[in-house]
Amino acid sequence: MESCNCIEPQWPADELLIKYQYISDFFIALAYFSIPLELIYFVKKSAVFPYRWVLVQFGAFIVLCGATHLINLWTFTMHTRTVAIVMTTAKVFTAVVSCATALMLVHIIPDLLSVKTRELFLKNKAAELDREMGLIRTQEETGRHVRMLTHEIRSTLDRHTILKTTLVELGRTLALEECALWMPTRTGLELQLSYTLRQQNPVGYTVPIQLPVISQVFSTNHAVKISPNSPVAKLRPIAGKYVPGEVVAVRVPLLHLSNFQINDWPELSSSTKRYALMVLMLPSDSARQWHVHELELVEVVADQVAVALSHAAILEESMRARDLLMEQNVALDLARREAETAIRARNDFLAVMNHEMRTPMHAIIALASLLQETDLTPEQRLMVETILKSSSLLATLINDVLDLSRLEDGSLQLELGTFNLHSVFREVLNLVKPIVSVKKLLVTLNLAPDVPEYAIGDEKRLMQTILNVVGNAVKFSKEGSITITAFVAKSESLRDTRAPDFFPIPSDNHFYLHVQVKDSGAGISPQDIPKLFTKFAQTQSTKNSGGSGLGLAICKRFVNLMEGNIWIESDGIGKGCTAIFLVKLGIPERLNESKFPFMPKVLATHGQANFPGLKVLVMDENGVSRMVTKGLLVNLGCDVTTVSSGEECLRMVSLEHKVVLMDVCVPGKDGYEIAIRIHEKFTKRHERPLIVALTGNTEVTKDNCMRVGMDGVILKPISLDKMRGVLSDLLEHRVLFEAM
Amino acid sequence: MDVVSQLQRQFVDYTTSLYREGFVDDQYTQLQKLQDESSPDFVVEVVTLFFEDCEKLINNMARALEQQQGVDFKQVDASVHQLKGSSSSIGAMRVKNVCVAFRPCCEAQNREGCLRCLQQVTHEYSVLKNKLQTLFRLEQQIVAAGGSIPVIE
Repeated sequence: MESCNCIEPQWPADELLIKYQYISDFFIALAYFSIPLELIYFVKKSAVFPYRWVLVQFGAFIVLCGATHLINLWTFTMHTRTVAIVMTTAKVFTAVVSCATALMLVHIIPDLLSVKTRELFLKNKAAELDREMGLIRTQEETGRHVRMLTHEIRSTLDRHTILKTTLVELGRTLALEECALWMPTRTGLELQLSYTLRQQNPVGYTVPIQLPVISQVFSTNHAVKISPNSPVAKLRPIAGKYVPGEVVAVRVPLLHLSNFQINDWPELSSSTKRYALMVLMLPSDSARQWHVHELELVEVVADQVAVALSHAAILEESMRARDLLMEQNVALDLARREAETAIRARNDFLAVMNHEMRTPMHAIIALASLLQETDLTPEQRLMVETILKSSSLLATLINDVLDLSRLEDGSLQLELGTFNLHSVFREVLNLVKPIVSVKKLLVTLNLAPDVPEYAIGDEKRLMQTILNVVGNAVKFSKEGSITITAFVAKSESLRDTRAPDFFPIPSDNHFYLHVQVKDSGAGISPQDIPKLFTKFAQTQSTKNSGGSGLGLAICKRFVNLMEGNIWIESDGIGKGCTAIFLVKLGIPERLNESKFPFMPKVLATHGQANFPGLKVLVMDENGVSRMVTKGLLVNLGCDVTTVSSGEECLRMVSLEHKVVLMDVCVPGKDGYEIAIRIHEKFTKRHERPLIVALTGNTEVTKDNCMRVGMDGVILKPISLDKMRGVLSDLLEHRVLFEAM
Repeated sequence: MDVVSQLQRQFVDYTTSLYREGFVDDQYTQLQKLQDESSPDFVVEVVTLFFEDCEKLINNMARALEQQQGVDFKQVDASVHQLKGSSSSIGAMRVKNVCVAFRPCCEAQNREGCLRCLQQVTHEYSVLKNKLQTLFRLEQQIVAAGGSIPVIE
């Protein structure tokens, strides 16, 4: 036999077993070759796989294992040495690679494991983040809802719209089943169901405000979960089969204007506040729960509603006020127009009255006076006198009325001028003297020394005022006395409690004259005193005394024009009354000597001196008479020399003497002789003094005196006025007819 | 102010009563008018003079009427005339009236009548003197209290 390089297998070939092994090895090889292919395929597919090198190794290992098994196929039968060598090589390589792979795996497997754990961890984290993301999204949505709700609520200023919108939007946002608003009633003791979401017109359903659940809700500004069974929550019949949804209630503060105190806003005590109740119900059977963010949403909305409501209230208020003002404006305008029309009408009327009424009056008075002068029977005279009196009265009345309306118009101006204040009073006295003497009243004038002689003011109207007041005093006194006092008011006495709204302010060139007229006449009852100065208002007593009741009203106007005040006091009927008035008068500047040449200072206090420096010789045996006559003449400004006897008279008489006043009386015939002697002494007519006889004896007649060359006769007693008149006549005419 | 007005009222009342009772008449008022700053005591002076005069004349008349043997009626008449003149000058009405009544007695040379008249004259004169002196005192008080003498019409 030839030696072949074939290798004999160890064991004898069992045909069946060999066949099975042959097939298995074939499939193993197949598998071993396909696995790497699959691996390569999937690795190529996946982008990320860090361990390629391991895969390559593993693939090599598998491929070699497959190759080994494949080669093993040939070794079942007789095979050549080459095959054996290849088999051996393959096995060797496989062993190497697999060992290398095994070693490599020791490093790789822990890594692979940790990758897994990391993966798990990251998955958890992702889940968590997802959850949080979900929460944030929900919150953001809630915020968006709130803003939208607020916008909706604040976009209107109408109260109903605000509340309705609130409920609607809340219902929509929170997907509520029912939403209701309970408002406090007027009395504040109950809550009334005012608005609901689903029901169109809620019936007037009330609950008392003192319920514990309500107090609980009102006590906090958070939304409070309440039981669905509480009376405020039982709004609808329970729709669901199982559990009614959770109910939350929140208070809505109702702010009034008075609550806004700028200093301590917004801390308002809850005791004075009124609240409405908002009740929100989740859908039943939904198993939904109130989440915190939803509750917060509700609280925020409730506050916003409060603010919106208060804005609405303020707006309502201001609209109402504006409407009211507009109405008032219109009314005032109308009133003003009416007033203007009335004034125009009155002015027109007065203008007509002024002329039209005065003309006939003048005619009546003038003609009646003329008629009086003619021959009339006593009855006719009586009638004419009555006509005259009545028409004078009427004329006065017309003038008063016209004056008063001019005064009220404000169109009357005072005519200011410098006048003699003292003479105004004297004039008034003179004017009332006739009535005073008829009524046998006593009138006294007290002029204080500080009342200036001259003042600046409206003389005519001041006299009218004084005359009116004094006239009233005289009119209403049947007997007794009337005292007129005048002095300059000092500042302490100017503030009088009787005239509280009169604030006189004395100044340097003005003074306040205080005049008081006190009478002991009829008096005035206290309740009539306020009416005294109103036009045409007359008390019972004054009605009988005639007059129109305008006098005092006019006086008051004049006094007011003179920036003064007038008032009357009386202790009652029958106790007389006192009229007091204050007027502001100007103080004139120092009198210029050139302006008033006839009034040198020393004589300014006692009337006018007509005969300054006139030299007079007075002869009278009687000392007292002499003194009196001298006093008279000195008062008139004369320069007087007195003698007590005829001889002395002849001795003293000189060219300088312009007048000789001699007392003649029957017992001594000196008077006539002296006169003759004087004539002899002064031959020239113009040098001779005028001789006037003074006598208390009516037997001394003008003729006797004229015969002896006297120029006049004066009968004693001589008044100041008479002396003045006599002297002026004498000097003017150089002769005096009797002055008896 | 109250004191002064009280005094003034008193003065007015007193003066009024003098007029009313006929002690003085209008001539006295005229006298008042002659009193002013240049002759502030005119009235007082005149009245004082009158009183002196009066006293003198009354004494004269009394002496004349006392004469047991032959009353000088002419002298009495002259005195009465003087007195009449003086009293009418100052307005002493009552005194003057008595004087007027005195004259006829003198002319009739009625001693009893004259004595009676003289008594009357003396009486009237003293009364008047008292009254006027009271008045002047009141005036002084008023002036001292700072008030003004009221003027009476």
